[in-house]
Amino acid sequence: MRAGELITTDQQGRSGGEADIQQAYKVLEEVMDPEVPVVSVMDLGIVRDVSWVDGHLKVVVTPTYSGCPATEYIETSIRDALQEAGFAHPKVSQRLDPAWTTDWINEQGRNRLKAYGIAPPVGSSNKRSLLSGITQVECPHCGSKDTEQISEFGSTACKALYRCKSCLEPFDYFKCI
Amino acid sequence: MTQYDELTEFLLRLGDSALIQAQRLCEWTGRAPAIEEEMGMMNVGLDLVGQARNWYEYAAERINDGTDADVLAFRRDERAFRNLLLVEQPNGDFAVTMTKQFFYDAWQFHLLTILKDAKDERISAIATKSLKEVIYHLRRSSQWVERLGDGTDESHQRMEKAIDAVWRFTVELVEKNAAEMALAESGDIPSLAELPEQWLATVNKVFAKATLTVPDAPSTFYLSARTGMHTEYLGILLAEMQFLQRAYPDASW
Repeated sequence: MRAGELITTDQQGRSGGEADIQQAYKVLEEVMDPEVPVVSVMDLGIVRDVSWVDGHLKVVVTPTYSGCPATEYIETSIRDALQEAGFAHPKVSQRLDPAWTTDWINEQGRNRLKAYGIAPPVGSSNKRSLLSGITQVECPHCGSKDTEQISEFGSTACKALYRCKSCLEPFDYFKCI
Repeated sequence: MTQYDELTEFLLRLGDSALIQAQRLCEWTGRAPAIEEEMGMMNVGLDLVGQARNWYEYAAERINDGTDADVLAFRRDERAFRNLLLVEQPNGDFAVTMTKQFFYDAWQFHLLTILKDAKDERISAIATKSLKEVIYHLRRSSQWVERLGDGTDESHQRMEKAIDAVWRFTVELVEKNAAEMALAESGDIPSLAELPEQWLATVNKVFAKATLTVPDAPSTFYLSARTGMHTEYLGILLAEMQFLQRAYPDASW
């Protein structure tokens, strides 16, 4: 065995090949957001990169909101899940640029949000549409488009509070940023 | 190498303003007029704490003497804080709180829009991230200014009183500053020359809808956050905010 291989192979004999990276992505599919436990970190689009650096798996994540208290929790969950899957000393680091946008939430994530009772973000996140604030949000309970905003902010920074005028149920709307 | 230079001061100005504004918002916990608004204020506060941490981390790396974001937030004295005088003012009633928030949000919005294009990648990244959040903050506070200004006689009167109470502190939002001009000249930050007009244009626009009168331009007075000469309110705020870390240094949970 050459010296170079010793450095890049961890105790489980992983060498960071395509198969390892793919397996890591599979593990990440199972790491759920602590606030919305039906969507994974992959669904949310906060995993920006998975690579093999100096014999360790390295995962780069981006925070959803600057002050999101779930960010550190998510980093720990990712580390724990990867360790459990046999990756030794995985590293998780943060990257701010490019800034996270709800456009990165995948189709599966949007469907899962809706099934959980949270209206997924509507439209894309350009500044003009955000400033005007005019969005037609569909009620995740009954599907009616006759809804109104109660508050710009809901139970967490990433959500706004809405009410359906058809079924009268209040619901969270995952804001577009 | 320690770099406690003008750029570091500028980063502290941004970080300190966000932190102090957030601390004021947190004072509304359990006391807001409606639970939705309480959640709104806490969420805005949370965004601002996150933004403050991002600016502090960069400032701490530049200062490079072992300091970190927590030390900057919890172990500096009043005279070392560079936050806008506006944000340290007491909350007063909901009208004062929203007026302060609106003036601050409009300032953040235009400032961050400029800083988004900074050549310094770190500043650009933090500004881009923060701006997404600030768009919502500004939208919410503008709506409240309109609703209260163009609401009942009482809400209108309270808004007028609120503007009277804090308008003079907005001088810091519109005055041109030699240090910042020098930073722009050397390319550290983009030019902020347009900021005063942009800020005032937003205030004019929202106040017109709110049927409120924009007062005459405020004049400079002897207090200035840039020299650490704060109003009497900051010290009291810090005493509360910093108590735990001062009494039990490095306490964590």
